[in-house]
Amino acid sequence: MALILALAVQGMQMLLVLAAAPLLTGVVRKLKARLTRRQGASVLQPYRDLLRLMRKEVVLAENASWLFRVAPYAIFATTWVAAALVPTFARGLYFSWTADLIAIVALLGSARFFLALAGLDVGTSFGGIGSSREVMIASFAEPAMLLTVFSLALVAGSTQLATVAAMMGSDHVGLRVSLGMALFAMIMVAIAENGRVPVDNPATHLELTMVHEAMVLEYSGRHLALIELAASLKLLVYCSLIACIFLPWGVASADAGPAGYLLGALAYFGKLAVLAALLAVFETAIAKMRVFRVPQFLGAALMLSLLGTLLLFVSGTL
Amino acid sequence: MSAAAFEMLAGLGLLVAAVLALGLSRRPAATAVTYSLALVISVAALGNAGAYLLAGGSAASDVTLPLGLPWLGMHFHLDVLAAFFLVIVNLGGATASLYGLGYGRHESSPHRVLPFFAAFLAGMNLVVVAGDAFTFLLSWEFMSLVSWALVMSHHREAGNAHAGYVYLVMASFGTLALLLAFGLLAGPQGAYGFAAIKAAPHDGLISALVLGLVLVGAGSKAGLVPLHVWLPLAHPAAPSHVSALMSGVMTKVAIYAFVRVVFDLIGEPGWWLSALVLILGGVTAVLGILQAMLERDLKRLLAYSTIENVGLVFIGLGLALAFRGSGLGVPAALAFTGAMFHVLNHSLFKSLLFMGAGAVLSATGERDIERLGGLIHKMPQTSVAFLAGCLAISALPPFNGFVSEWLGFQAVLQSPLLPDWGLKILVPAIGGLMAMTAALVAATFVKAFGITFLGQPRSPAAERASEVDRFSLAALLLLAGLCLLAGILPGFVIDALAPLSQMLIGSRMPVQASEQWLSIAPIAETRSTYDGMLVLVFIAVSASAAAYLIHRLASRAVRRGPAWGCGFPEVSPLAQYSGASFAQPIRRIFATLLLGARDRLDMPEPGDTRPARLVVTIVDPAWTRLYLPLTSAVGRIAERLNALQFLTIRQYLSLVFGALITLLLVLALWR
Repeated sequence: MALILALAVQGMQMLLVLAAAPLLTGVVRKLKARLTRRQGASVLQPYRDLLRLMRKEVVLAENASWLFRVAPYAIFATTWVAAALVPTFARGLYFSWTADLIAIVALLGSARFFLALAGLDVGTSFGGIGSSREVMIASFAEPAMLLTVFSLALVAGSTQLATVAAMMGSDHVGLRVSLGMALFAMIMVAIAENGRVPVDNPATHLELTMVHEAMVLEYSGRHLALIELAASLKLLVYCSLIACIFLPWGVASADAGPAGYLLGALAYFGKLAVLAALLAVFETAIAKMRVFRVPQFLGAALMLSLLGTLLLFVSGTL
Repeated sequence: MSAAAFEMLAGLGLLVAAVLALGLSRRPAATAVTYSLALVISVAALGNAGAYLLAGGSAASDVTLPLGLPWLGMHFHLDVLAAFFLVIVNLGGATASLYGLGYGRHESSPHRVLPFFAAFLAGMNLVVVAGDAFTFLLSWEFMSLVSWALVMSHHREAGNAHAGYVYLVMASFGTLALLLAFGLLAGPQGAYGFAAIKAAPHDGLISALVLGLVLVGAGSKAGLVPLHVWLPLAHPAAPSHVSALMSGVMTKVAIYAFVRVVFDLIGEPGWWLSALVLILGGVTAVLGILQAMLERDLKRLLAYSTIENVGLVFIGLGLALAFRGSGLGVPAALAFTGAMFHVLNHSLFKSLLFMGAGAVLSATGERDIERLGGLIHKMPQTSVAFLAGCLAISALPPFNGFVSEWLGFQAVLQSPLLPDWGLKILVPAIGGLMAMTAALVAATFVKAFGITFLGQPRSPAAERASEVDRFSLAALLLLAGLCLLAGILPGFVIDALAPLSQMLIGSRMPVQASEQWLSIAPIAETRSTYDGMLVLVFIAVSASAAAYLIHRLASRAVRRGPAWGCGFPEVSPLAQYSGASFAQPIRRIFATLLLGARDRLDMPEPGDTRPARLVVTIVDPAWTRLYLPLTSAVGRIAERLNALQFLTIRQYLSLVFGALITLLLVLALWR
């Protein structure tokens, strides 16, 4: 009985992230529109887009291979699994030990690997330019993210996300220089990995500096829907990560019961709203940078995360 | 018959097979006979070594042959360390032989390959079962020479003779270093047996010297920077299944030599020596993968990636040394097990990738990825296997590469326990290099797979390609399956490696077989766990659920149309994104600094009809900073000493007399 309940809660978490991801994207878009004094589409527009795309037929390029058709499912599945393992309303769910933080980063890496391959499949220049830049960005973002994970793991004594989240929520941690560095590094990585301004612009197909949209240019119909959904999920994963690590308040423990879960969910949505607002303000306030400025931006993230880790190696209390 | 005797007989059997291949070599049946024989012997040796390893290797087993040095004989010794590396050697040997059954039929000069192939397998087997320094060095040199012969099997192709020459020089240099190392270990009593060396005490200076020499000797064979320069030349020059053996297996034999001497034979080296190993490993990993990223020859790309993986293994070994030296048993066992796991993984996926490159080579005759493309349509099964290899080597879950990478990271996270400040500062930097390497590996293999197999064919040869034969496919798919299997059942591998760390470190990782749902927990469940099997199941279930629901409820219609060319369709497949353009951002960011990469635009004058060219130059700093000055210095000295060849007899006699007196004086003063 307890097992079934635990499985049900885990299943709820999977469905919750799937259901909430397009909403988060919609909210960010709406806020950005309002900040630039536009009316903007409804926050539900991403759902409508997804449904419309799913019902449309797929137009495949003549020389698209099986990999091009399999990749959207692989990208979606790996991102969804990663999203299911990050604590949202409760931590320490039944399968939370399946993959630790390093494995979650690697799962997102798998999704990127398939996306970059899919960009090369048809052989058009846009796909190639997108893939090439994506792996360039990843060559900075991934080490920065892993070093951030190192910092967190050294503070919490564990790479297990549930343990890290519990530790960050307890009184033993407090304010630390290394955690501040880790926070900034993680935010910079999250911006780059999700293709947000100033690294990439999610709203356009018409810039020569685009990255993510260039890779998926040949996709249509249900394949595009899955990729868009995976992109929304990825944004949600990073927001959830930042929320459960750096805003650890209100997360329910695994055995909290329905009322506890409800409170946890309320807290979670509140945090997501705050992060969405911050993202929208940041994106509106800043201009996109040239592609070869991105390594400097992410190099700063890498240095910050390395410094944070070094500080923790030198002294466990910094 | 004892287990050691069996392995020794397998090695000798392979030698007999080599002789047989020599006799048969001009006949058409030679290929099938040699490879089948090698396959059978390798599988038998694999089974024997595997059974010994899985039984926990209760007792070491010894055999002595009355050959070799007078009154000493040749000693063969099998313990768990040797058994593990025998598994790797013979697994590689068996799959290469299976692959060779098909691939070898295209061989233009089988008599140059077959005898040496079997002899090469024999050499590697004998190095690992050797129980004394003499047998070890003899087998080592034998292995080097026959692999040189394999590198030279197509000696008329451009560059191969040069590759063979550089390899021969470096291999001789490496053997010299090992010879000196064993000379130091044997001491004035001349105790050449490994057991005697281990029993004798070694003072700190000798240990440090031996470690340095073994680092040079084994490192030059494994491809440690700056001793790596021969590797990207020689490995690709051999036939592809031999390249697979050289990259996937022979580098592991070199790692075996390092582990055997440093972990087993000598005492505890100081912490700064483990720092040396760590730094060399980190530099090797980053430089190796960066050069792989910039490479356009598929087999050389794989060879450079071998250098990177050797670097990762040495990082693990360096961490293990550091932990062991500080008396931290469990973290040392973790780092060591991670390194050995990576040894196994790399032998699997690098063999797979080299054989895949061989399949591409035999289907198209091309190694240059800029002339390939679109092979996923022509070679669907090869492309699946190659993709699995790419995923595995890029350390992506649920494949095996991720597990060893993950164990390495867990070991790094244990390092704040180290008492030495130097290491405390060094290890996070090395961890950063590992993380950066991981991302660059993924970039490199997106390029390797994407440019070779995806897109449109860039040459008529790629257009005409067809799927390879069944033997080759069987070997490829077998290795791909093993990569996945080791990734989803890592607990069994870790448990099988436990006797090794017990023997060399004195402690082991916790038993993984008792963990729930086949997960692994290197220290404790609260610290870190990973479950490859469940990750695979989750990914498979959610992907198939999504596919089913969408096809059922939404749409399953598909239409084919031309790709969107922005209103300006590309005129030729050559206008596609190429490997060089794919690597351009990384070249510009990393390689301008580390490898002196320069882009030069050669733009013709107006009115000149010759095409514009973009010339990219990359220099390996090891060549320009180390080897070129060294060779020119040797040349200059040789020039000076040349005068000695043209002396009169009186001058020669006085030279000999002077040398004799000096030597005697030195000896007298020494005593």
